[in-house]
Amino acid sequence: MNSTSKAPTVPSSSPSETASLAPCAPAAWRLEVFRRPTIADPEGEHLLAALAEFHINSVSQARLGRGFLLPPDLSRDAVETIARELLVDPVLNELRLYEPGSAPPAAPTGTARLLVTRKAGVMDPVAGTISRTLARTGLTQGAPVFVATFSAWELTGTPSDQELHTIGRRILANVTIEDLLLNREDLPYAAPPEAAFRGRVEVPLADLADEALLAISTDGGLSLSLDEMRAIRDHFTGLSRAPSACELETLAQTWSEHCKHKTFAGRVEMVENGATRHIENLFKETIRAATEELDKPWCVSVFHDNAGIVRFEGDWDLAFKVETHNHPSAIDPYGGAGTGIGGVVRDILGVGLGARPIANTDAFFVGPTELPPEQVPVGCMHPRRILRGVVAGVRDYGNRMGIPTVAGGVWFHEGYTANPLVYAGTVGLIPAGMADKSVAPGDAILAVGGRTGRDGIHGATFSSVELHEESETTSSSAVQIGDPITEKRVLDGLLRARDRGLYRAVTDCGAGGFSSAVGEMGEECGARVDLDKVPLKYPGLTPEEVWISEAQERMVLSVPPEKLAECVAVFEAEDVEAAVIGEFTGTGRLVLAAHGECLADISMDFLHGGVPGPTRRGEWATPAASLGESLDGAVPPPAADHGATLLALLAAPDIASKEWIVRQYDHEVQGMSALKPLVGPRGDGPGDGSVLQPLAHSRRGVAIAVGACPRFGVLDPYAMACAAIDEALRNVVCAGGDPGQTAILDNFSWGNCDKPDRLGSLVLAAEACRDAALAYGTPFISGKDSLNNEYRVGNRTLAIPPTLLISAMAPVPDVARVTSMDLKQAGNHLLLLGSTAAEFGGSHYFNLLEGEDVPAGRVPRPDLATAPGLLRDLHGVLAAGLVRSAHDLAEGGLAVAAAEMAFAGGLGLELDLSAMPLTPAPGQDGDTLRLYSESCTRFLLEVTPANLPEVTRLLGAQPLVELGRVSSDAHLTVMSGERELLRIEIDDLRAAHAGAFQG
Amino acid sequence: MNTSDNPRALVLRTAGTNCDGETVRALEQAGAEVELLHLRRLIDDPSPLARSAVLVLPGGFSYGDDVAAGRVLGLELRHHLGAALGEFVAAGGFVLGICNGFQVLVESGLLDAPCDSDTAAESGPPRGPRRMALTDNASARFECRWVHLRSEASACPWLVPGEIWPVPVAHAEGRFTVADPQTLAALRAGGQLALTYVNPDGSPPDYPADPNGSAGHVAGVCDTTGRVLGLMPHPERNLQSWNHPQWTRLTGDRTSGEGLLFWQRLVRAAAALPIGS
Repeated sequence: MNSTSKAPTVPSSSPSETASLAPCAPAAWRLEVFRRPTIADPEGEHLLAALAEFHINSVSQARLGRGFLLPPDLSRDAVETIARELLVDPVLNELRLYEPGSAPPAAPTGTARLLVTRKAGVMDPVAGTISRTLARTGLTQGAPVFVATFSAWELTGTPSDQELHTIGRRILANVTIEDLLLNREDLPYAAPPEAAFRGRVEVPLADLADEALLAISTDGGLSLSLDEMRAIRDHFTGLSRAPSACELETLAQTWSEHCKHKTFAGRVEMVENGATRHIENLFKETIRAATEELDKPWCVSVFHDNAGIVRFEGDWDLAFKVETHNHPSAIDPYGGAGTGIGGVVRDILGVGLGARPIANTDAFFVGPTELPPEQVPVGCMHPRRILRGVVAGVRDYGNRMGIPTVAGGVWFHEGYTANPLVYAGTVGLIPAGMADKSVAPGDAILAVGGRTGRDGIHGATFSSVELHEESETTSSSAVQIGDPITEKRVLDGLLRARDRGLYRAVTDCGAGGFSSAVGEMGEECGARVDLDKVPLKYPGLTPEEVWISEAQERMVLSVPPEKLAECVAVFEAEDVEAAVIGEFTGTGRLVLAAHGECLADISMDFLHGGVPGPTRRGEWATPAASLGESLDGAVPPPAADHGATLLALLAAPDIASKEWIVRQYDHEVQGMSALKPLVGPRGDGPGDGSVLQPLAHSRRGVAIAVGACPRFGVLDPYAMACAAIDEALRNVVCAGGDPGQTAILDNFSWGNCDKPDRLGSLVLAAEACRDAALAYGTPFISGKDSLNNEYRVGNRTLAIPPTLLISAMAPVPDVARVTSMDLKQAGNHLLLLGSTAAEFGGSHYFNLLEGEDVPAGRVPRPDLATAPGLLRDLHGVLAAGLVRSAHDLAEGGLAVAAAEMAFAGGLGLELDLSAMPLTPAPGQDGDTLRLYSESCTRFLLEVTPANLPEVTRLLGAQPLVELGRVSSDAHLTVMSGERELLRIEIDDLRAAHAGAFQG
Repeated sequence: MNTSDNPRALVLRTAGTNCDGETVRALEQAGAEVELLHLRRLIDDPSPLARSAVLVLPGGFSYGDDVAAGRVLGLELRHHLGAALGEFVAAGGFVLGICNGFQVLVESGLLDAPCDSDTAAESGPPRGPRRMALTDNASARFECRWVHLRSEASACPWLVPGEIWPVPVAHAEGRFTVADPQTLAALRAGGQLALTYVNPDGSPPDYPADPNGSAGHVAGVCDTTGRVLGLMPHPERNLQSWNHPQWTRLTGDRTSGEGLLFWQRLVRAAAALPIGS
């Protein structure tokens, strides 16, 4: 969109599918660009494949045309020139051109046309690019003209109306942000309608009772609780005036769970198995307490900024932040995941004085891809559509920004069907000494980047409430559309301005938009903003909308007056708009004005300190089935056929290959790759962590990995959190990272923590984070929580499994010494490092037994007394270059890890498990236990005969046993003494791991 | 690098360029003196072009690849720098486009039109009908993976025919497409098919060794002078020995990535030019 363009003032009665069939064509030149018949149409082929999933076989061919609407006052010559120069490829395309007001001729019988176009006001970056390019190259005269784009699908066949409806709504269009026209041509061609400036609006609260207070919060989409509404009422009653709408919105944004983390920072009465304890501030007493107690000298900046910062090497530090973007991704998977990446990248741009993003991470938790469509709750998308969408969103945003996506994971569970989780992380490189910033009174408030529109209104408050059946339609204004190239331009300008010292402080516009960014920056001094100075995408936004819009790709800078002109010039040289929207003051107040009228005047003290902190109740009762169970507890039923069991485990969605995702991400850009997410001669080995070489002049690297154990949390949230930390550490250590200097991040996604059982498990997981961080000596440097991940259908609420994602970042002393998980050489020894116990609670082995009487079992948990020493010793032998391949044991246990190493290296293994020091309890099948237990802190190591004595010596204090040898016979053979447990060709292992669903 | 013997290379960036950092690094490591310049500055003052021997269009997503990959930047080069580029190539300068830079070169028409001093007119290089295009990968997906290239006998004076070397690709629109087989034959006859995807042993590849289904497995194309070269893969991402996806299992004495040689050959050839140093 481009506000300077003169948009036609047609009233935007955006068409709904079911409107009358008026053949009213748009008052614009219409161009439809199709591929020539001889050129393949991959989008069409993808659509046919998607139709097969819906069992629609009435369509034989599908082709996609790119549609453009250009102003009616252009001459035919001008339009044809624009088509030739910009819109049509002479080798690939053919053009259909229609004059303003004329519709395409009726499609031939047997061809259906579906048009998809963005709703008025929804960002259309392509239209914006076209409009600007036409002006820049002189193909249009004067100011940029209004351009709209659409997709024209032509389906050959005999689909019924019902099928067309399904195709349109379930596959092609997201009706939250797009209009869908079935066999109709009346495309809208108009900017969004204007709202009149309404000036200051007051909301009298003084005498309102509870019910009326709550109604104001609910009707206004404020997500403020009754306690909070009362606090606001009392505050303004004390001032003898009513709050303005702008003030209410500001308080709602600032006090939202998303921004204030009231639960994590709040008081809890915790009742665990009948015993009560009081927690004054959950975050400070757990996660933050661990970091403070560890007090690592290499922690530069923790918790208080947009990301955590640690020392790296020489004059350089590293920053890391991971965010959730769950609710937007449920409604618009593509846009939600893309703007999730965009948001966390801005966190890195806005940490300290700004860091350069060098890597992205992503983790998705979605419903099962094989879920029967009829089991998808009303108002939700099928998990396949969600997964495809979020992968594409991360791909397009990360790839376009030129940031390699190097680590992550996907987990599947029924509990995520209605409420998928999308985590996005970014690592940044920042010069040492740039971690601190502070604004000064008198500094200009400079807004840079994208313009502000009506997109993403109430994102912060929306993400703080439950989703429900109508979320798809009622929350459309919360959807944000990203434009990665705008953010790349901001990056280019920002880092240049940073290096010239042109600003004093910076932060990003995230949840809450300007209200959060300016409110936080000015917390210590005060700020005044003139909302009418904010550049807009289109006219007609109310001041409140301007203030809280979460339009993407915007940053706020605090610029000393004497540097303002130079700073603005640096951004303009990158084609980035930079506008002064106010100034920081010394008044301690937040003042908002528009057109000379004061719309808000609120004290920073009340804004940031006035939110009431209620005491909540947390409860936890240990499920009987896992309490105290160990070797003599839940007995895993012996596997009838180990070969079949292993193949089934390899094909389990959590374990199966994610190559179809990884290869869509550019994990090489910036040229720093030292260990890739996929390894081995065929590039199909699932690596544990990735390694980058951030500085060309130094061989010091950084290992990045994640860990999550979502199947453990329902049974034992404490063990789950410890296991997730152990897994993330196992992964970075395998990749060569130093566990003694590893920084970790926590991202909690939980259900509604107003409910005591949800909050109880959150408390236990947070306490586990404290205990494990202290034990491993790995401080948390940043984190984020997303609560209220529940979905309401009628009276029923679906909560997600409590999910903690741990992200880890560790320095690698020398990238030239790291190793990968693929087997390297026949004849080498294979060693198992770590102890195995009967730990099957939440295991994939038990998950395979679905439908049978599955015991809960003891949840795997690391031994916090011994695990840290084991990791340290392992790092020693890895850093010394004594190990040829290393892989951690995780989901599926020993059998899966050995299989992965074998097919990744294209080599066999001959193993004998009888040497594993394990005494099965009576009735327990020792082989089943050895093969599939998911005990933590275990590794398989491949060591050459020459290095075996040294490795054995260096790991002498640790449980270490040789299991066998690497072989040139392409089989995985596992013996138990004389008995053969399984023997499978590595090609069959690879085929099973390749998985069923490939996007 | 600042000795006068080193050839000067100009790396052009604009909104969405994102491989400029490693491209500058590759050129410097290969011995060039490098200037990184924004398109707007070059349009305002094209003189840096005249004092350079090499112009590189790095990878990325110029203008988001909106409409089509490289389309908008290709159009801007034609409109704003057509004449300057024509003169630059006519004077003997090298132009290299990588990934998005290759897409831009195709869109600009620079690879179609022979550029020599007789035809470089004020209005820019003459543009016949464009004969080639880069379009969606056959897999219809972005593909980030390593492949092998063979340098073919071509007009490009600095590639060594017959060499097979590993390199990563990362693109969604890299499928080399021509209107008909005759065009492909004509391009081959003109020495324009400079680089092809091959199996490591040199045999013709299937997917994914050919990552995008290109006509003739073509990965890189030059103009008839050989001085303008575009390729989809990224040799600047294989400068260090540990960039290779299998370096942890490779034997032999690899002290750098195979991509470095590509840049060294370019810079060495540029050093021999009478311009840009």
